[in-house]
Amino acid sequence: MSNLHDLYQEILLEHNNRPRNFRILEDANRQADGYNPLCGDQITVYLRVEDDVIADAAFQGVGCAISRASASMLTQSVMGQTVAKAEEIFEGFHALITDPDADVDFDLLGDLEVLSGVSAYPTRIKCAVLAWHTLTAAIEGKGDSVTTE
Amino acid sequence: MSTTANTFDVARIREDFPILKEMINGKPLVYLDNAATSQKPQVVIDALVNYYMTENSNVHRGVHTLSQRATDSYEEARTKVQEFINAKEDKEVIFVRGTTEGINLVAQTYGRENIGPGDEIIISAMEHHSNIVPWQILCEEKGARLKVAPINDDGELLLDEFENLLSPRTKLVSIVHQSNALGTINPVEQIVELAHARGIPVLLDGAQAVAHVPVDVQKIGCDFYAFSGHKLYGPTGVGALYGRADLLNAMPPYQGGGEMIRSVTYEKTLYNVIPAKFEAGTQNIAGSVGLGAAIDYVNGVGMENIATYENELVAYGTEKLSEIEPVRLIGTARNKGSILSFVMENAHPHDVGTILDSEGVAVRTGHHCAQPLMDRYGVPATVRASLAFYNTREEIDTLVKGIDRVIEVFSR
Repeated sequence: MSNLHDLYQEILLEHNNRPRNFRILEDANRQADGYNPLCGDQITVYLRVEDDVIADAAFQGVGCAISRASASMLTQSVMGQTVAKAEEIFEGFHALITDPDADVDFDLLGDLEVLSGVSAYPTRIKCAVLAWHTLTAAIEGKGDSVTTE
Repeated sequence: MSTTANTFDVARIREDFPILKEMINGKPLVYLDNAATSQKPQVVIDALVNYYMTENSNVHRGVHTLSQRATDSYEEARTKVQEFINAKEDKEVIFVRGTTEGINLVAQTYGRENIGPGDEIIISAMEHHSNIVPWQILCEEKGARLKVAPINDDGELLLDEFENLLSPRTKLVSIVHQSNALGTINPVEQIVELAHARGIPVLLDGAQAVAHVPVDVQKIGCDFYAFSGHKLYGPTGVGALYGRADLLNAMPPYQGGGEMIRSVTYEKTLYNVIPAKFEAGTQNIAGSVGLGAAIDYVNGVGMENIATYENELVAYGTEKLSEIEPVRLIGTARNKGSILSFVMENAHPHDVGTILDSEGVAVRTGHHCAQPLMDRYGVPATVRASLAFYNTREEIDTLVKGIDRVIEVFSR
Protein backbone atom coordinates (compact mmCIF):
# COMPACT_ATOMS: atom_id res chain seq x y z
CA MET A 1 0.00 0.00 0.00
CA SER A 2 1.44 3.29 -0.95
CA ASN A 3 1.37 6.16 1.42
CA LEU A 4 -1.98 7.81 1.97
CA HIS A 5 -0.36 11.11 1.24
CA ASP A 6 0.22 9.94 -2.34
CA LEU A 7 -3.51 9.55 -2.67
CA TYR A 8 -4.65 12.60 -0.74
CA GLN A 9 -2.15 15.09 -2.10
CA GLU A 10 -2.54 18.69 -1.13
CA ILE A 11 -3.65 19.83 -4.58
CA LEU A 12 -6.36 17.15 -4.55
CA LEU A 13 -7.60 18.23 -1.12
CA GLU A 14 -7.53 21.82 -2.24
CA HIS A 15 -9.73 21.03 -5.26
CA ASN A 16 -12.05 19.10 -2.92
CA ASN A 17 -12.38 22.03 -0.56
CA ARG A 18 -12.66 24.64 -3.27
CA PRO A 19 -13.81 22.94 -6.48
CA ARG A 20 -13.35 24.99 -9.66
CA ASN A 21 -16.28 25.64 -11.98
CA PHE A 22 -18.65 24.20 -9.42
CA ARG A 23 -21.79 25.78 -10.77
CA ILE A 24 -24.71 25.32 -13.08
CA LEU A 25 -23.83 26.47 -16.57
CA GLU A 26 -26.89 28.45 -17.62
CA ASP A 27 -25.95 28.55 -21.29
CA ALA A 28 -24.76 24.95 -21.56
CA ASN A 29 -25.62 23.24 -24.82
CA ARG A 30 -24.47 19.80 -23.67
CA GLN A 31 -24.95 18.17 -20.30
CA ALA A 32 -25.13 14.72 -18.74
CA ASP A 33 -25.66 13.14 -15.32
CA GLY A 34 -23.34 10.56 -13.84
CA TYR A 35 -24.06 8.22 -10.98
CA ASN A 36 -22.04 5.68 -9.06
CA PRO A 37 -24.63 3.30 -7.59
CA LEU A 38 -22.01 1.71 -5.35
CA CYS A 39 -21.40 4.80 -3.28
CA GLY A 40 -24.17 7.17 -4.31
CA ASP A 41 -21.87 9.75 -5.93
CA GLN A 42 -23.82 11.97 -8.30
CA ILE A 43 -22.56 14.48 -10.78
CA THR A 44 -23.83 16.68 -13.59
CA VAL A 45 -21.35 17.90 -16.18
CA TYR A 46 -22.27 20.99 -18.21
CA LEU A 47 -20.55 22.04 -21.41
CA ARG A 48 -20.88 24.85 -23.87
CA VAL A 49 -19.41 23.56 -27.12
CA GLU A 50 -18.83 26.07 -29.89
CA ASP A 51 -17.39 25.00 -33.24
CA ASP A 52 -16.07 21.81 -31.73
CA VAL A 53 -14.33 23.68 -28.92
CA ILE A 54 -15.32 23.37 -25.27
CA ALA A 55 -15.84 27.05 -24.57
CA ASP A 56 -17.05 26.50 -21.01
CA ALA A 57 -17.27 23.56 -18.61
CA ALA A 58 -18.80 23.24 -15.15
CA PHE A 59 -20.15 20.63 -12.78
CA GLN A 60 -22.45 20.08 -9.83
CA GLY A 61 -22.99 17.13 -7.56
CA VAL A 62 -22.06 15.25 -4.42
CA GLY A 63 -19.22 12.85 -3.97
CA CYS A 64 -16.03 11.91 -2.23
CA ALA A 65 -12.85 13.97 -2.34
CA ILE A 66 -11.48 11.98 -5.25
CA SER A 67 -14.55 12.30 -7.45
CA ARG A 68 -14.93 15.99 -6.59
CA ALA A 69 -11.30 16.85 -7.21
CA SER A 70 -11.29 14.84 -10.41
CA ALA A 71 -14.37 16.71 -11.67
CA SER A 72 -12.92 20.04 -10.67
CA MET A 73 -9.65 19.36 -12.51
CA LEU A 74 -11.58 17.99 -15.46
CA THR A 75 -13.37 21.29 -16.01
CA GLN A 76 -10.05 23.13 -15.91
CA SER A 77 -8.27 20.78 -18.22
CA VAL A 78 -10.88 20.57 -20.98
CA MET A 79 -11.80 24.26 -20.97
CA GLY A 80 -10.82 25.80 -24.28
CA GLN A 81 -9.80 22.45 -25.77
CA THR A 82 -11.26 20.84 -28.84
CA VAL A 83 -13.56 17.89 -28.24
CA ALA A 84 -10.94 15.60 -29.77
CA LYS A 85 -8.28 16.95 -27.42
CA ALA A 86 -10.58 16.48 -24.41
CA GLU A 87 -11.06 12.87 -25.39
CA GLU A 88 -7.31 12.49 -25.70
CA ILE A 89 -6.87 13.92 -22.20
CA PHE A 90 -9.40 11.41 -20.84
CA GLU A 91 -7.51 8.59 -22.51
CA GLY A 92 -4.25 9.72 -20.93
CA PHE A 93 -5.94 10.24 -17.57
CA HIS A 94 -7.51 6.80 -17.67
CA ALA A 95 -4.10 5.22 -18.31
CA LEU A 96 -2.62 7.30 -15.48
CA ILE A 97 -5.04 6.06 -12.83
CA THR A 98 -5.36 2.46 -13.94
CA ASP A 99 -1.82 1.56 -14.90
CA PRO A 100 1.09 2.73 -12.74
CA ASP A 101 3.51 1.81 -15.55
CA ALA A 102 1.63 3.59 -18.31
CA ASP A 103 3.58 5.89 -20.57
CA VAL A 104 1.57 9.06 -20.09
CA ASP A 105 2.07 12.54 -21.43
CA PHE A 106 2.26 14.62 -18.25
CA ASP A 107 2.28 17.88 -20.21
CA LEU A 108 -1.12 16.93 -21.54
CA LEU A 109 -2.49 16.10 -18.09
CA GLY A 110 -1.18 19.00 -16.02
CA ASP A 111 -2.63 19.02 -12.48
CA LEU A 112 -4.41 15.74 -13.14
CA GLU A 113 -1.11 14.06 -12.37
CA VAL A 114 -1.91 14.34 -8.66
CA LEU A 115 -4.60 11.71 -9.15
CA SER A 116 -1.99 9.11 -10.13
CA GLY A 117 -2.10 7.82 -6.54
CA VAL A 118 -5.52 6.35 -7.28
CA SER A 119 -3.92 3.54 -9.30
CA ALA A 120 -2.83 1.95 -6.01
CA TYR A 121 -6.46 1.89 -4.80
CA PRO A 122 -8.49 -0.17 -7.30
CA THR A 123 -11.72 0.41 -5.37
CA ARG A 124 -11.39 4.15 -5.90
CA ILE A 125 -10.80 4.23 -9.65
CA LYS A 126 -14.54 4.52 -10.25
CA CYS A 127 -14.61 7.63 -8.09
CA ALA A 128 -11.95 9.25 -10.24
CA VAL A 129 -13.48 8.38 -13.63
CA LEU A 130 -17.12 9.18 -12.89
CA ALA A 131 -16.84 12.79 -14.05
CA TRP A 132 -14.96 11.73 -17.17
CA HIS A 133 -17.52 9.18 -18.29
CA THR A 134 -20.12 11.84 -17.69
CA LEU A 135 -18.09 14.25 -19.82
CA THR A 136 -18.04 11.71 -22.63
CA ALA A 137 -21.80 11.28 -22.38
CA ALA A 138 -22.25 15.05 -22.49
CA ILE A 139 -19.99 15.39 -25.55
CA GLU A 140 -21.82 12.60 -27.31
CA GLY A 141 -25.04 14.37 -26.44
CA LYS A 142 -26.58 11.26 -24.97
CA GLY A 143 -28.40 13.36 -22.42
CA ASP A 144 -29.34 10.41 -20.23
CA SER A 145 -27.39 9.42 -17.16
CA VAL A 146 -24.33 7.21 -17.13
CA THR A 147 -23.28 4.94 -14.30
CA THR A 148 -19.97 3.46 -13.33
CA GLU A 149 -21.50 -0.02 -13.30
CA MET B 1 -17.39 -24.27 24.84
CA SER B 2 -19.18 -22.84 27.79
CA THR B 3 -19.00 -19.25 28.86
CA THR B 4 -21.06 -16.64 30.64
CA ALA B 5 -21.15 -12.90 30.43
CA ASN B 6 -18.83 -12.64 33.39
CA THR B 7 -16.25 -14.97 31.96
CA PHE B 8 -16.68 -13.96 28.32
CA ASP B 9 -13.22 -14.71 27.03
CA VAL B 10 -12.90 -12.75 23.80
CA ALA B 11 -9.23 -13.67 23.34
CA ARG B 12 -10.17 -17.32 23.34
CA ILE B 13 -13.11 -16.73 21.01
CA ARG B 14 -10.84 -14.93 18.55
CA GLU B 15 -8.72 -18.08 18.37
CA ASP B 16 -11.73 -19.83 16.81
CA PHE B 17 -11.73 -17.48 13.79
CA PRO B 18 -8.62 -18.06 11.65
CA ILE B 19 -9.13 -15.00 9.43
CA LEU B 20 -8.74 -12.66 12.41
CA LYS B 21 -4.99 -13.36 12.26
CA GLU B 22 -4.74 -11.78 8.80
CA MET B 23 -2.62 -8.69 8.29
CA ILE B 24 -4.10 -5.92 6.12
CA ASN B 25 -1.77 -3.29 4.70
CA GLY B 26 0.81 -4.33 7.25
CA LYS B 27 -1.59 -3.94 10.18
CA PRO B 28 -3.62 -6.54 12.05
CA LEU B 29 -7.08 -6.88 10.55
CA VAL B 30 -9.76 -5.04 12.51
CA TYR B 31 -12.90 -6.47 11.01
CA LEU B 32 -15.82 -4.13 11.61
CA ASP B 33 -17.96 -5.09 8.62
CA ASN B 34 -19.93 -7.85 10.28
CA ALA B 35 -23.29 -6.51 9.15
CA ALA B 36 -22.19 -7.17 5.57
CA THR B 37 -20.98 -10.64 6.38
CA SER B 38 -19.52 -12.23 9.48
CA GLN B 39 -16.34 -14.27 9.69
CA LYS B 40 -16.44 -18.03 10.04
CA PRO B 41 -15.17 -20.05 12.97
CA GLN B 42 -12.94 -23.04 12.24
CA VAL B 43 -15.77 -25.45 13.16
CA VAL B 44 -17.89 -24.10 10.30
CA ILE B 45 -15.01 -24.37 7.83
CA ASP B 46 -14.35 -27.91 9.10
CA ALA B 47 -18.02 -28.83 8.73
CA LEU B 48 -17.94 -27.85 5.06
CA VAL B 49 -14.72 -29.78 4.45
CA ASN B 50 -15.98 -32.78 6.37
CA TYR B 51 -19.25 -32.80 4.48
CA TYR B 52 -17.50 -32.86 1.12
CA MET B 53 -14.92 -35.39 2.30
CA THR B 54 -17.21 -37.90 3.96
CA GLU B 55 -20.88 -37.27 3.21
CA ASN B 56 -21.30 -35.54 -0.14
CA SER B 57 -24.23 -36.98 -2.01
CA ASN B 58 -27.66 -35.78 -3.09
CA VAL B 59 -30.38 -35.78 -0.48
CA HIS B 60 -33.80 -37.42 -0.34
CA ARG B 61 -33.30 -39.57 -3.41
CA GLY B 62 -30.67 -42.27 -3.36
CA VAL B 63 -31.17 -45.58 -1.62
CA HIS B 64 -27.45 -45.74 -1.03
CA THR B 65 -25.84 -45.18 2.34
CA LEU B 66 -24.00 -42.01 1.43
CA SER B 67 -27.22 -40.35 0.30
CA GLN B 68 -28.78 -41.27 3.62
CA ARG B 69 -25.81 -39.75 5.43
CA ALA B 70 -26.16 -36.48 3.50
CA THR B 71 -29.93 -36.46 4.05
CA ASP B 72 -29.47 -36.98 7.79
CA SER B 73 -26.99 -34.11 8.01
CA TYR B 74 -29.21 -31.83 5.93
CA GLU B 75 -32.31 -32.55 7.99
CA GLU B 76 -30.33 -32.31 11.20
CA ALA B 77 -29.33 -28.79 10.13
CA ARG B 78 -33.01 -27.97 9.61
CA THR B 79 -33.78 -29.10 13.15
CA LYS B 80 -30.93 -26.95 14.45
CA VAL B 81 -32.45 -23.91 12.74
CA GLN B 82 -35.87 -24.83 14.10
CA GLU B 83 -34.56 -25.02 17.65
CA PHE B 84 -32.43 -21.91 17.26
CA ILE B 85 -35.41 -19.71 16.39
CA ASN B 86 -37.83 -21.86 18.40
CA ALA B 87 -40.15 -22.76 15.56
CA LYS B 88 -42.85 -25.21 16.55
CA GLU B 89 -42.00 -27.78 13.87
CA ASP B 90 -38.97 -28.43 11.69
CA LYS B 91 -41.09 -28.44 8.53
CA GLU B 92 -41.71 -24.74 9.12
CA VAL B 93 -38.08 -24.09 8.17
CA ILE B 94 -37.41 -23.69 4.44
CA PHE B 95 -33.81 -23.54 3.31
CA VAL B 96 -33.23 -20.62 0.93
CA ARG B 97 -30.20 -18.77 -0.42
CA GLY B 98 -30.54 -16.03 2.13
CA THR B 99 -32.83 -13.37 3.51
CA THR B 100 -33.41 -11.85 0.09
CA GLU B 101 -34.66 -15.10 -1.36
CA GLY B 102 -36.79 -15.71 1.73
CA ILE B 103 -38.58 -12.40 1.28
CA ASN B 104 -38.95 -12.90 -2.46
CA LEU B 105 -40.37 -16.35 -1.82
CA VAL B 106 -43.11 -14.90 0.38
CA ALA B 107 -43.79 -12.08 -2.10
CA GLN B 108 -44.06 -14.43 -5.06
CA THR B 109 -46.18 -17.09 -3.33
CA TYR B 110 -48.16 -15.74 -0.40
CA GLY B 111 -48.13 -12.27 -1.92
CA ARG B 112 -49.31 -13.19 -5.40
CA GLU B 113 -52.07 -15.35 -3.95
CA ASN B 114 -53.35 -12.95 -1.30
CA ILE B 115 -52.64 -9.41 -2.45
CA GLY B 116 -54.74 -7.73 -5.09
CA PRO B 117 -55.63 -4.35 -6.58
CA GLY B 118 -55.96 -1.60 -3.96
CA ASP B 119 -54.45 -3.74 -1.21
CA GLU B 120 -51.64 -2.37 0.91
CA ILE B 121 -48.34 -3.72 2.19
CA ILE B 122 -46.65 -1.90 5.06
CA ILE B 123 -42.91 -1.64 5.52
CA SER B 124 -40.85 0.79 7.61
CA ALA B 125 -38.58 3.71 6.69
CA MET B 126 -35.49 1.72 7.71
CA GLU B 127 -35.74 -1.21 5.33
CA HIS B 128 -32.94 -2.73 3.30
CA HIS B 129 -33.63 -2.71 -0.43
CA SER B 130 -34.34 -6.43 -0.15
CA ASN B 131 -37.42 -5.62 1.93
CA ILE B 132 -38.56 -2.85 -0.42
CA VAL B 133 -38.02 -4.01 -3.97
CA PRO B 134 -39.74 -7.44 -3.80
CA TRP B 135 -42.88 -5.64 -2.61
CA GLN B 136 -42.60 -2.97 -5.28
CA ILE B 137 -42.45 -5.69 -7.91
CA LEU B 138 -45.52 -7.33 -6.39
CA CYS B 139 -47.41 -4.04 -6.06
CA GLU B 140 -46.67 -3.21 -9.68
CA GLU B 141 -47.98 -6.55 -10.83
CA LYS B 142 -51.09 -6.48 -8.66
CA GLY B 143 -51.96 -2.82 -8.54
CA ALA B 144 -51.34 -2.83 -4.79
CA ARG B 145 -49.71 -0.08 -2.75
CA LEU B 146 -46.62 0.06 -0.57
CA LYS B 147 -46.98 2.15 2.60
CA VAL B 148 -44.00 3.24 4.66
CA ALA B 149 -44.18 3.62 8.43
CA PRO B 150 -42.00 6.60 9.44
CA ILE B 151 -39.19 6.81 11.98
CA ASN B 152 -37.93 9.58 14.24
CA ASP B 153 -34.52 11.25 14.05
CA ASP B 154 -33.02 8.67 16.39
CA GLY B 155 -34.05 5.96 13.98
CA GLU B 156 -36.92 4.55 16.01
CA LEU B 157 -40.11 3.34 14.41
CA LEU B 158 -43.08 5.60 15.22
CA LEU B 159 -45.42 2.93 16.49
CA ASP B 160 -48.47 5.25 16.55
CA GLU B 161 -47.94 6.16 12.92
CA PHE B 162 -47.42 2.53 12.09
CA GLU B 163 -50.71 1.67 13.77
CA ASN B 164 -52.47 4.45 11.87
CA LEU B 165 -51.37 2.89 8.59
CA LEU B 166 -53.04 -0.42 9.40
CA SER B 167 -56.38 -0.61 7.62
CA PRO B 168 -58.77 -3.17 6.17
CA ARG B 169 -56.75 -2.83 2.97
CA THR B 170 -53.53 -3.89 4.67
CA LYS B 171 -52.72 -7.45 3.63
CA LEU B 172 -49.18 -7.80 4.94
CA VAL B 173 -46.68 -6.10 7.22
CA SER B 174 -43.01 -6.68 6.40
CA ILE B 175 -40.54 -5.07 8.76
CA VAL B 176 -36.91 -5.39 9.65
CA HIS B 177 -36.13 -6.83 13.10
CA GLN B 178 -32.82 -4.99 13.36
CA SER B 179 -31.80 -2.24 10.93
CA ASN B 180 -28.59 -2.93 9.01
CA ALA B 181 -27.83 0.77 8.61
CA LEU B 182 -28.81 2.11 12.05
CA GLY B 183 -28.69 -0.86 14.41
CA THR B 184 -32.20 -0.10 15.67
CA ILE B 185 -33.94 -3.13 17.13
CA ASN B 186 -37.65 -2.83 16.41
CA PRO B 187 -40.38 -3.66 18.94
CA VAL B 188 -41.38 -6.70 16.92
CA GLU B 189 -43.73 -8.21 19.49
CA GLN B 190 -45.76 -5.00 19.60
CA ILE B 191 -45.73 -4.74 15.81
CA VAL B 192 -47.06 -8.29 15.53
CA GLU B 193 -49.69 -7.68 18.20
CA LEU B 194 -50.97 -4.55 16.46
CA ALA B 195 -51.09 -6.28 13.07
CA HIS B 196 -52.60 -9.52 14.35
CA ALA B 197 -55.33 -7.61 16.17
CA ARG B 198 -56.50 -6.73 12.65
CA GLY B 199 -55.83 -10.15 11.17
CA ILE B 200 -52.76 -8.98 9.23
CA PRO B 201 -49.80 -11.36 8.89
CA VAL B 202 -46.26 -10.15 9.62
CA LEU B 203 -42.97 -11.00 7.97
CA LEU B 204 -39.77 -10.06 9.79
CA ASP B 205 -36.45 -9.50 8.04
CA GLY B 206 -34.08 -11.07 10.53
CA ALA B 207 -30.86 -10.74 8.50
CA GLN B 208 -29.12 -8.69 11.20
CA ALA B 209 -31.05 -9.57 14.32
CA VAL B 210 -30.48 -13.30 14.17
CA ALA B 211 -26.77 -12.88 14.88
CA HIS B 212 -27.17 -10.37 17.70
CA VAL B 213 -30.31 -11.03 19.71
CA PRO B 214 -31.98 -14.28 20.78
CA VAL B 215 -34.87 -14.94 18.36
CA ASP B 216 -37.98 -16.85 19.40
CA VAL B 217 -40.50 -16.81 16.55
CA GLN B 218 -43.28 -18.25 18.71
CA LYS B 219 -42.80 -15.64 21.39
CA ILE B 220 -42.61 -12.85 18.79
CA GLY B 221 -45.63 -14.38 17.11
CA CYS B 222 -44.57 -13.46 13.57
CA ASP B 223 -45.89 -15.40 10.58
CA PHE B 224 -42.67 -15.36 8.56
CA TYR B 225 -39.06 -14.79 9.57
CA ALA B 226 -36.21 -14.68 7.05
CA PHE B 227 -32.48 -14.74 7.72
CA SER B 228 -29.12 -15.47 6.09
CA GLY B 229 -26.56 -17.98 7.27
CA HIS B 230 -23.54 -15.89 6.35
CA LYS B 231 -24.34 -13.14 8.83
CA LEU B 232 -24.67 -15.80 11.53
CA TYR B 233 -21.07 -17.03 11.14
CA GLY B 234 -22.19 -19.63 8.59
CA PRO B 235 -21.40 -20.00 4.89
CA THR B 236 -22.71 -17.72 2.13
CA GLY B 237 -25.51 -18.90 -0.14
CA VAL B 238 -27.71 -20.41 2.53
CA GLY B 239 -30.37 -19.05 4.81
CA ALA B 240 -33.74 -19.95 6.18
CA LEU B 241 -37.31 -18.82 5.88
CA TYR B 242 -39.56 -19.65 8.78
CA GLY B 243 -43.24 -19.74 8.00
CA ARG B 244 -46.19 -20.84 10.06
CA ALA B 245 -47.16 -24.32 8.86
CA ASP B 246 -50.77 -23.45 8.07
CA LEU B 247 -49.65 -20.53 5.89
CA LEU B 248 -46.95 -22.54 4.13
CA ASN B 249 -49.40 -25.37 3.47
CA ALA B 250 -51.86 -23.00 1.83
CA MET B 251 -49.25 -21.20 -0.29
CA PRO B 252 -48.53 -22.12 -3.91
CA PRO B 253 -45.02 -23.35 -4.67
CA TYR B 254 -42.19 -20.89 -5.36
CA GLN B 255 -40.17 -22.63 -8.06
CA GLY B 256 -40.97 -25.77 -9.99
CA GLY B 257 -38.56 -28.66 -10.34
CA GLY B 258 -37.30 -31.79 -8.69
CA GLU B 259 -37.91 -32.52 -5.02
CA MET B 260 -40.87 -30.14 -4.74
CA ILE B 261 -43.26 -32.61 -6.39
CA ARG B 262 -45.16 -35.66 -5.22
CA SER B 263 -46.00 -36.94 -8.68
CA VAL B 264 -45.68 -35.56 -12.16
CA THR B 265 -47.64 -36.38 -15.30
CA TYR B 266 -48.06 -34.17 -18.34
CA GLU B 267 -51.66 -33.63 -17.28
CA LYS B 268 -51.23 -32.86 -13.60
CA THR B 269 -48.49 -32.43 -11.04
CA LEU B 270 -49.06 -32.91 -7.36
CA TYR B 271 -46.81 -30.86 -5.10
CA ASN B 272 -44.85 -32.21 -2.22
CA VAL B 273 -45.61 -31.37 1.40
CA ILE B 274 -43.71 -28.64 3.25
CA PRO B 275 -40.82 -27.94 3.47
CA ALA B 276 -39.97 -29.86 0.26
CA LYS B 277 -42.69 -27.98 -1.66
CA PHE B 278 -40.49 -24.88 -1.44
CA GLU B 279 -37.14 -26.52 -2.06
CA ALA B 280 -37.07 -27.19 -5.78
CA GLY B 281 -33.82 -28.55 -7.18
CA THR B 282 -30.70 -29.58 -5.33
CA GLN B 283 -30.27 -27.27 -2.39
CA ASN B 284 -27.08 -25.87 -0.86
CA ILE B 285 -26.63 -29.02 1.20
CA ALA B 286 -23.08 -28.29 2.34
CA GLY B 287 -24.08 -24.73 3.19
CA SER B 288 -26.99 -25.95 5.28
CA VAL B 289 -24.70 -28.30 7.16
CA GLY B 290 -22.30 -25.40 7.67
CA LEU B 291 -25.15 -23.25 8.97
CA GLY B 292 -25.99 -26.02 11.41
CA ALA B 293 -22.39 -25.98 12.63
CA ALA B 294 -22.53 -22.19 13.01
CA ILE B 295 -25.67 -22.50 15.12
CA ASP B 296 -23.97 -25.10 17.33
CA TYR B 297 -21.07 -22.69 17.71
CA VAL B 298 -23.11 -19.63 18.71
CA ASN B 299 -25.22 -21.79 21.02
CA GLY B 300 -21.95 -22.78 22.69
CA VAL B 301 -21.09 -19.13 23.26
CA GLY B 302 -24.70 -18.33 24.10
CA MET B 303 -26.87 -15.76 22.34
CA GLU B 304 -27.58 -13.99 25.64
CA ASN B 305 -23.85 -13.71 26.31
CA ILE B 306 -23.26 -12.46 22.78
CA ALA B 307 -25.95 -9.79 23.13
CA THR B 308 -24.64 -8.66 26.51
CA TYR B 309 -21.03 -8.44 25.35
CA GLU B 310 -21.89 -6.68 22.08
CA ASN B 311 -24.11 -4.17 23.86
CA GLU B 312 -21.22 -3.22 26.14
CA LEU B 313 -18.99 -2.89 23.10
CA VAL B 314 -21.43 -0.74 21.16
CA ALA B 315 -21.91 1.48 24.23
CA TYR B 316 -18.13 1.89 24.46
CA GLY B 317 -17.93 2.71 20.74
CA THR B 318 -20.79 5.19 20.99
CA GLU B 319 -19.06 6.95 23.87
CA LYS B 320 -15.72 7.11 22.04
CA LEU B 321 -17.18 8.30 18.73
CA SER B 322 -19.36 10.89 20.47
CA GLU B 323 -16.19 12.49 21.81
CA ILE B 324 -14.91 13.17 18.29
CA GLU B 325 -16.24 16.53 17.20
CA PRO B 326 -16.57 16.12 13.42
CA VAL B 327 -18.32 12.77 13.87
CA ARG B 328 -22.12 12.57 13.78
CA LEU B 329 -23.71 9.25 14.67
CA ILE B 330 -26.64 8.20 12.47
CA GLY B 331 -28.95 5.92 14.39
CA THR B 332 -29.22 6.57 18.11
CA ALA B 333 -32.24 4.50 19.03
CA ARG B 334 -32.62 3.57 22.68
CA ASN B 335 -32.89 -0.06 21.70
CA LYS B 336 -30.07 -0.68 19.26
CA GLY B 337 -27.18 -3.05 18.90
CA SER B 338 -23.94 -3.87 17.12
CA ILE B 339 -23.86 -0.96 14.67
CA LEU B 340 -22.05 2.38 14.71
CA SER B 341 -23.09 4.32 11.63
CA PHE B 342 -21.69 7.82 11.22
CA VAL B 343 -20.77 10.68 8.94
CA MET B 344 -17.91 13.16 9.29
CA GLU B 345 -17.76 16.84 8.55
CA ASN B 346 -15.51 17.57 5.56
CA ALA B 347 -14.74 13.94 4.83
CA HIS B 348 -16.86 11.79 2.57
CA PRO B 349 -17.53 8.23 3.83
CA HIS B 350 -15.60 6.76 0.92
CA ASP B 351 -12.50 8.69 1.84
CA VAL B 352 -12.95 7.71 5.48
CA GLY B 353 -13.19 4.08 4.41
CA THR B 354 -9.98 4.22 2.39
CA ILE B 355 -8.05 5.85 5.22
CA LEU B 356 -9.40 3.38 7.80
CA ASP B 357 -8.43 0.53 5.47
CA SER B 358 -4.87 1.79 5.44
CA GLU B 359 -4.96 1.23 9.21
CA GLY B 360 -6.26 -2.32 8.74
CA VAL B 361 -9.79 -1.36 9.74
CA ALA B 362 -12.53 -2.81 7.52
CA VAL B 363 -15.76 -0.83 7.57
CA ARG B 364 -18.56 -0.48 5.08
CA THR B 365 -19.07 2.86 3.41
CA GLY B 366 -22.01 3.73 1.22
CA HIS B 367 -25.77 3.66 1.36
CA HIS B 368 -25.93 0.13 2.84
CA CYS B 369 -28.64 -0.87 0.36
CA ALA B 370 -30.94 1.54 2.17
CA GLN B 371 -31.08 4.60 -0.11
CA PRO B 372 -34.51 5.82 1.05
CA LEU B 373 -33.18 5.76 4.62
CA MET B 374 -30.10 7.77 3.61
CA ASP B 375 -32.47 10.29 2.00
CA ARG B 376 -34.39 10.45 5.29
CA TYR B 377 -31.19 11.60 7.00
CA GLY B 378 -30.12 13.83 4.12
CA VAL B 379 -26.83 12.01 3.62
CA PRO B 380 -25.68 10.18 0.49
CA ALA B 381 -23.83 7.58 2.50
CA THR B 382 -22.45 6.74 5.93
CA VAL B 383 -19.48 4.95 7.38
CA ARG B 384 -20.68 1.87 9.20
CA ALA B 385 -18.68 -0.02 11.78
CA SER B 386 -20.61 -3.16 12.60
CA LEU B 387 -19.56 -5.33 15.50
CA ALA B 388 -19.48 -9.00 16.32
CA PHE B 389 -18.73 -10.76 19.59
CA TYR B 390 -15.11 -11.35 18.52
CA ASN B 391 -14.43 -7.62 18.37
CA THR B 392 -12.71 -5.88 21.26
CA ARG B 393 -12.42 -2.50 22.93
CA GLU B 394 -8.88 -2.28 21.56
CA GLU B 395 -10.30 -2.58 18.05
CA ILE B 396 -12.70 0.28 18.75
CA ASP B 397 -9.66 2.27 19.87
CA THR B 398 -7.96 1.44 16.57
CA LEU B 399 -11.06 2.69 14.76
CA VAL B 400 -10.89 5.91 16.74
CA LYS B 401 -7.19 6.29 15.89
CA GLY B 402 -8.08 5.80 12.23
CA ILE B 403 -10.70 8.52 12.47
CA ASP B 404 -8.08 10.82 13.97
CA ARG B 405 -5.97 10.07 10.92
CA VAL B 406 -8.89 11.07 8.66
CA ILE B 407 -9.14 14.36 10.50
CA GLU B 408 -5.41 14.86 10.13
CA VAL B 409 -5.41 14.14 6.37
CA PHE B 410 -8.41 16.34 5.70
CA SER B 411 -7.28 19.27 7.79
CA ARG B 412 -4.18 19.79 5.71
